[in-house]
Amino acid sequence: MDLAQAWALSPLVTLRPEPFGALAYHFGNRRLVFLRRPELVTVVRGLAAAADVRGALAAAGVAERHWPAYAGALARLATAGLIQRREGHAHGEPGHDEGDERP
Amino acid sequence: MNEVERTSGPLAGSLVEQFEYGLDAPICLTWELTYACNLSCAHCLSSSGRRDPRELTTAQCEGVIDELQRMQVFYVNVGGGEPTIRPDFWHLLDYAVGHSVGVKFSTNGVRITPERARFLASTDYVDVQVSLDGATPEVNDQVRGAGSFRTAVTALENLAEAGFTDTKISVVMTRTNIPQLDDFQALADRYGATLRLTRLRPSGRGADVWDELHPLPNQQRQLYDWLREHGERVLTGDSFFHLAGFGESLPGLNLCGAGRVVCLIDPVGDVYACPFAIHETFRAGNLLTDGGFAAVWRTSPLFADLRSPQTGGACTKCSHFDACRGGCMAAKFFTGLPLDGPDPECVQGYGETALAGERTVPSPSQDHSRRTPTRNQPVLLQLSRREEQPWSPAAPPVSACAEHPLAGFTPTA
Ligand code: SF4
Ligand code: SF4
Repeated sequence: MDLAQAWALSPLVTLRPEPFGALAYHFGNRRLVFLRRPELVTVVRGLAAAADVRGALAAAGVAERHWPAYAGALARLATAGLIQRREGHAHGEPGHDEGDERP
Repeated sequence: MNEVERTSGPLAGSLVEQFEYGLDAPICLTWELTYACNLSCAHCLSSSGRRDPRELTTAQCEGVIDELQRMQVFYVNVGGGEPTIRPDFWHLLDYAVGHSVGVKFSTNGVRITPERARFLASTDYVDVQVSLDGATPEVNDQVRGAGSFRTAVTALENLAEAGFTDTKISVVMTRTNIPQLDDFQALADRYGATLRLTRLRPSGRGADVWDELHPLPNQQRQLYDWLREHGERVLTGDSFFHLAGFGESLPGLNLCGAGRVVCLIDPVGDVYACPFAIHETFRAGNLLTDGGFAAVWRTSPLFADLRSPQTGGACTKCSHFDACRGGCMAAKFFTGLPLDGPDPECVQGYGETALAGERTVPSPSQDHSRRTPTRNQPVLLQLSRREEQPWSPAAPPVSACAEHPLAGFTPTA
């Protein structure tokens, strides 16, 4: 997962809060995924409003040394179709070079 | 999400542990809309046949769906009885989907006409599970009744022709159909369908035929080996975690989710811990008289009890306990075995020993079987009437509902 990319929760996904974090269900591919940390839920919910993944991680207060672990988790959510690439940047924030943005 | 899990401190712990304390809403909720059924499968887990006059009305069903939407229950497994013979079935299907509650419904195929199949193909968020308990008419109809193979296959044809993709074929594994595993796969391939294999549990009329139908020890091994080889392509839910004792855990949920992630709403609004546990002992309440489904799910003393740590009794000494966890609560209960001991089909053989000892099989707390035999009554029903009943239960078949709500569920993450 490239932290400079812009992502968002798929419109087909519903997040249901649970004591451990959240359950995510994709109404399209019927996959059920557990988000096992409240911080991860905050990150996922914040993706759409952030300029890029890095922005969402920072906004959720995730310490930088944990970013690689979160990147791995997000990559798996992407594989399951729960989050998807978003064109351009949110709120006109200064962007990163997106020259090689093939997923 | 493993890395994240490993750094998660107080939230660490396996998914299974999280599940054991229960969730805010069930993941696998089965809703049996009616006890009425055109068939009378020999092993029907809900002893279906006759409609219960107290069945929830259309308006009450809509109220249930509204509540499920508020609880964010992602989908319901709708069964029966045969749910499609409720006149408002198609309306309720529409209503649920319109309220963000996906529907997976089980059917014996009787109402899946070409026209309905086209309607289903045009609807998102609906899954169809056609029940079939033999890959040939001989094996299937013995359990499900004459003509039921033809009905199911016609439904599969109609769905495939209408362009409905990924239909599920639900099979309850029995002594007579385990030799047909490859044939079932071929049948599924022919219709672009996915197999869902579930366990025969001694629930409902299943208690009457369990002795004759449940897989023999060597067949359990055969099933385990087949699942090890082909398990990635088939759905099994929590059906076969008691087979983990043969070596390795199989894909699927390895835990009894009763009252924790699984539960059942029956046609009259009674809430049970699991669709295979329709018995007073596992009745948590009624959604009409106990303040709605959420209230029952969250505050029932029975569910609180099921969510507290369980003891494994004699099983805790077994080296397979971590994976098998003593097996299925319903299977133990309805065979009269202690709930904290081994499963009746324990692969270590402890079940057989326990079955041979002192035990009292609980009497059923309800029965909706038809009181007179039907034209297409399965042969097996005719052989296996409950003695204490003054009438002969109509054809007990392996019904459309004989499948587990978790059968389509693969825990991810
Ligand atoms: S009682 Fe049996 S069928 Fe019900 S949830 Fe537990 S293991 Fe599954
Ligand atoms: S002894 Fe209990 S835990 Fe061990 S395999 Fe048998 S049922 Fe499972």
